[in-house]
Amino acid sequence: MRRRRILTAKRGFTLWALIVYAFLYLPILVVVIFAFDKPSPTSVATFKGSNICDIQPADIGNISVWNGFTSCWFAKGLDTGLYTSAIKTSFVIAAEASIIATILGLGAALALARMRRRWRAPFDVLVYLTLVVPEIVIAVASLIFFVQVRSNFGAFPPLGRSTILLGQIVFNASLAMLIIRARFVGMGDKLEEAAYDLGSGPFSTFRQVTLPRLMPAVIAAALLSFTFSFDDYVLPAFTNGTTSTWPIVLYSAVRFGITPAVNALATLMLLVTLVLIVAVALLLRRSRVEGPGQEEQQGLGAALGLG
Amino acid sequence: MAAVAAAVKPTKKRRSFAPKYPAWLTLPSLLYYGIFFLGPMAILAVFSVSLQSGFGSVEYTFDTGQFAQVNDSLYISVFERTLLMAATGSLVTIAVGYPLAYWMARYLSTYKMLALLLVIVPFWTSFLIRTYALKIILDSHGYLAQDLGIDILYTKYAVGVGLVYNYLPLFILPVFASLERMDWTLIEAATDLGARPLTAFKDITLRLTLPGVVTGGLLVFIPMCGEYIIPNILGGGKFEFVGNIIGDTFGDAQNWPFGSALSISLMAALSVFVVIYIMFATREEQFGA
Repeated sequence: MRRRRILTAKRGFTLWALIVYAFLYLPILVVVIFAFDKPSPTSVATFKGSNICDIQPADIGNISVWNGFTSCWFAKGLDTGLYTSAIKTSFVIAAEASIIATILGLGAALALARMRRRWRAPFDVLVYLTLVVPEIVIAVASLIFFVQVRSNFGAFPPLGRSTILLGQIVFNASLAMLIIRARFVGMGDKLEEAAYDLGSGPFSTFRQVTLPRLMPAVIAAALLSFTFSFDDYVLPAFTNGTTSTWPIVLYSAVRFGITPAVNALATLMLLVTLVLIVAVALLLRRSRVEGPGQEEQQGLGAALGLG
Repeated sequence: MAAVAAAVKPTKKRRSFAPKYPAWLTLPSLLYYGIFFLGPMAILAVFSVSLQSGFGSVEYTFDTGQFAQVNDSLYISVFERTLLMAATGSLVTIAVGYPLAYWMARYLSTYKMLALLLVIVPFWTSFLIRTYALKIILDSHGYLAQDLGIDILYTKYAVGVGLVYNYLPLFILPVFASLERMDWTLIEAATDLGARPLTAFKDITLRLTLPGVVTGGLLVFIPMCGEYIIPNILGGGKFEFVGNIIGDTFGDAQNWPFGSALSISLMAALSVFVVIYIMFATREEQFGA
């Protein structure tokens, strides 16, 4: 009797889980499907050119329904200079932000993990603050700050790529610190102790013992920072000057007329992201074999947790 | 003999070995936060009590007039709407996400991590793209509106769907973490002693995972209050949050002191929740929660 009840409860939860997963993946599926959508039949009928993907966003008609299959949006998307140069800009900024943030985060994580609670607490509060202050507030505050500093110190860069980068590193460094520290705390200090006992100095212990074991978390942190930075709209939208990042271009497209070319580019990026996720998952899996399960799982949760 | 005893003695109180890293390693980030986080926050506070003088320039004074302007029924209603929407959105997120996290922690073993990964994957894809995809689905010319009669784009329901959709993974993770730590034999013991499953759930599972629910709930509630993109895309400018008003004062209106006062007011409104969240987050040492 009880067994049956447990079974039905399990079935109910499984059904719910499937519904939630469908909810989570439906929009992503829609993006992929609508990357292959034709313009509306009327717009195709009145269009003079040969390539239907050259139809302007204003004339494209209803693309929220399925009008037929075409794959020309991929070529069109990759051919649109506005899109590709914005993607390049975002890529470079995200790479720089991710590297700098990971280095800052690594340093702080190493020192903080074994620091006394009394000294650690204020730093922790600061880190969590950078994560929970609404991004729109940070964005406008950074805008005022950058403009003011620029008007007082001529050497400071004007609004543009550099200011986007400077602003984004704050959030990313906090993210990186938490991820790396979670793993570092989870690792324990047994192997480091052994290394010291065997006569290894602090620096070589770090290089040969600590860092290799931290590497999965470092890479996860870097990738996550990269993703966040690449995807970030709000902060760059206020501190960009005249620089166009991919989310900024995307956003104005969403508001003022979009073509499936955007879906096509999003689909391509989705593929890249999936490859990255599989890479990270494999890395973390490999690291899990090395250490005690419970802590590693926490590390995995934490590594993916903020992302 | 004595030598042996002396050699053994120190091991009784074993020195706890902890290779420490020098504290100066925190200096670069501390410096960075000091300049590029606290700096902007400080100047925001200064601007909120300054006066607009001409286009884009200000006069540094101590004038609380901006805050008096915020305290207008028009802006108060925006604050109320924002907090109400975020609260509703968080509650729905909890209602949707908790059972899923429970299912993963309680019933899965081999595929547990895969199930977790599947929750996270959408979160790694572009926020804008996902929100735009919801717009395609909810579009009044789309299938949902035309065939099922659910035409909710540019209403509070669309904004609500967007909030729940985008923040669900962020809630599930900390709750899953706390459910993972649950000792399920407690439930077995309780039911063996005659507790009904619902009672056992309420008195044990829910109570033990409540900190996770609170942190997870706040983790989605706080950013929902500062949301900017979702109300813009799915609310179509008809259903603005405080964040959108702040954006407008910096974008179109160029009234920076007033926008600063709005920002400070938003942070003040959120401060209680932020304090509770930070208390939980730093105490639990459960990162990402």
